[in-house]
Amino acid sequence: MPRYHFIFPRWSNLLLPAVIMVGATAPLYVAFVVAYGFSPTTTDVGYQPEQPIPFSHKVHAGQLGIDCRYCHNTVEVAAHAAIPPTQTCMNCHVQIHPESENLAPLWESYSTGRPVEWIRVHDLPDYSFFDHSAHVNRGVSCVECHGRVDTMDKVWQVERLSMGWCLECHRDPAPHVRDPDLVTQLEWGWDMEDAERIAEGVKWQDINKLHPSQDCTTCHR
Amino acid sequence: MSTLPMDHNVDCLSDDPRQRAPLVLGHEQFDTVTSEILRCNEAKRPPLAWTICFVFSVALMTMLMALVGYLIVTGVGVWGNNNPVMWGFPIVNFVFWVGIGHAGTLISAILFLFRQKWRTSINRFAEAMTIFAVICAGLFPGIHIGRVWLAYWLFPIPNQMDMWPQFRSPLLWDVFAVGTYFTVSLLFWYVGLIPDLATMRDRATTKVKAIAYGFFSLGWRGSMRHWHRYERAYLLLAALATPLVLSVHSVVSFDFAVSQLPGWHTTIFPPYFVAGAIFSGFAMVLTLAIPARQMWGLENFITMRHLENMCKIVLLTGSMVGYAYGMEFFIAWYSGEIYESFAFINRAFGQYAWAYWIMVSCNVICPQLFWFKKIRRSPWTMFIITLFVNLGMWFERFVITVTSLANDFLPSSWGWFQPTWVDMLTFLGSFGLFMTLFLLFIRFLPILAISEIKGVMPQANPHAHDHHHDAEDHA
Repeated sequence: MPRYHFIFPRWSNLLLPAVIMVGATAPLYVAFVVAYGFSPTTTDVGYQPEQPIPFSHKVHAGQLGIDCRYCHNTVEVAAHAAIPPTQTCMNCHVQIHPESENLAPLWESYSTGRPVEWIRVHDLPDYSFFDHSAHVNRGVSCVECHGRVDTMDKVWQVERLSMGWCLECHRDPAPHVRDPDLVTQLEWGWDMEDAERIAEGVKWQDINKLHPSQDCTTCHR
Repeated sequence: MSTLPMDHNVDCLSDDPRQRAPLVLGHEQFDTVTSEILRCNEAKRPPLAWTICFVFSVALMTMLMALVGYLIVTGVGVWGNNNPVMWGFPIVNFVFWVGIGHAGTLISAILFLFRQKWRTSINRFAEAMTIFAVICAGLFPGIHIGRVWLAYWLFPIPNQMDMWPQFRSPLLWDVFAVGTYFTVSLLFWYVGLIPDLATMRDRATTKVKAIAYGFFSLGWRGSMRHWHRYERAYLLLAALATPLVLSVHSVVSFDFAVSQLPGWHTTIFPPYFVAGAIFSGFAMVLTLAIPARQMWGLENFITMRHLENMCKIVLLTGSMVGYAYGMEFFIAWYSGEIYESFAFINRAFGQYAWAYWIMVSCNVICPQLFWFKKIRRSPWTMFIITLFVNLGMWFERFVITVTSLANDFLPSSWGWFQPTWVDMLTFLGSFGLFMTLFLLFIRFLPILAISEIKGVMPQANPHAHDHHHDAEDHA
């Protein structure tokens, strides 16, 4: 009966530290990948799709100073912040640059009645319920979630919009709230010292008695 | 009186207390022990009975996989779990399988620390049984969560949702308890296997076998230093595994006891569950050992005495379980708590009375037959009794889970649990998984701990005959 003997060759001793290293660091690696690799900071922030019309928020909201609510007019009364209908644009653009090539899709929409297919930048998952009016009326400014849209030519996603990110503010709203009358003043507070800004937030949290809910069912209905 | 030869074995295995029953029969030499244990592993073809069992088990396992696939694609609605019985078969099967795992650790760790040398003949496959049972157990909560692709949510991994498992929930403790249990059992089993794997490596007849066994025996050469470290490691692992025998099923019982439901919220649950687990585990060891010993021809190692010992443990733990059933009723009455009293009267005489009485007959009455020596020495009678014990222990978990949920405080919310065909076939299929793993184990790994068995043979003690002379010299 043939017999084979197998003993590890001497070089296999070198593998031992490698195996121990991999075994010890693998769980840390997995935790790191889940925490940071799958995070929206990595996957979503910076999303900046090409829109059918190169609409510039910088020009409209920034330089011209049009209030956010002129176009997104349902934001104080509804969960959804409306995307303006073509008619809203036409209030001005029948007069202003009507021949611009960039506005061709707008005119097409105007004549056919089919809406312009804007691409949604800030997209929450369908299983989370977010109410714009609940936030805006309590002094959470647009800027807290959407960033300085008044400085963006093409809008991009600034914040993570993850559950952990929502909870950060729901657990400690003071740094993110202000006078509800100033919610669309995106530049407000940017030049304040941190302490001053937080003191302002604490003041408005007290005035409006803000105790944000952390129940699952608040957002997952 | 002091002239009686003193044996270092502390086992009391014989009817005559002055004599120790031998732990190994019919072997004068060590090498015949090795070849007899490995005969079926080294044979070109496994015994016909093995092949038949294997084909059957693989078929059952395939059915299990198909049903799990069906479940994942369709959703947990394919099961009978529904309001108010949200915990149906999956938790029943989970507790059933985890319970079975307990005998392995008891035999391998506690009996080892207590120097019960008769354990050497049964510990290897009892530990294997533990590991395979825990695999079957882990399957059920895994597929029960609904969205299996999010199973990693069971573990506290930092994530973008800032969401953690509920640390105050026993269900999370379960994840840790069962996870630790599996890891330690696997390590313990594997460390014990190393010298025997090296034996198989050295006896291998093909290159593939030699390399495979050689790889897993980690370069074992049987030097004094190897043995010294091996035995240290084994002892430490035994000490580490010992508390797990008690802790794992205690934590499993918390799944029920920590809740507020009548019939669940009782302090007796942890000890009662542990006793039940050891009871069902030993029953399963016997269920596996009796056919395996026949199939593999191991009557010289798993002697009638070994089987008898296990029967006695089944008898003891079965009686403890019976005591717990009685005590639950007593406390329900003694507490004066109407919901608690109702829960137990409802168990025995309500809509699930049939399940309750199956449980009592199988778990309390059946093992009492082991008072009779004739039954303790008749392997196939034992086999049948242990099958009934396994059945009874499954029904115990069914009774606990379903009766309390189906009839709780408010009669308006009472319900009736109806398992679906998927429920039943999935449970059946889990036996296929278990048996497939077990059959692969007995075919490719040494079913008994060869090196340990040699250690408990009289030949292993070189001073066995000197002892008498020493005593005379010093007299």
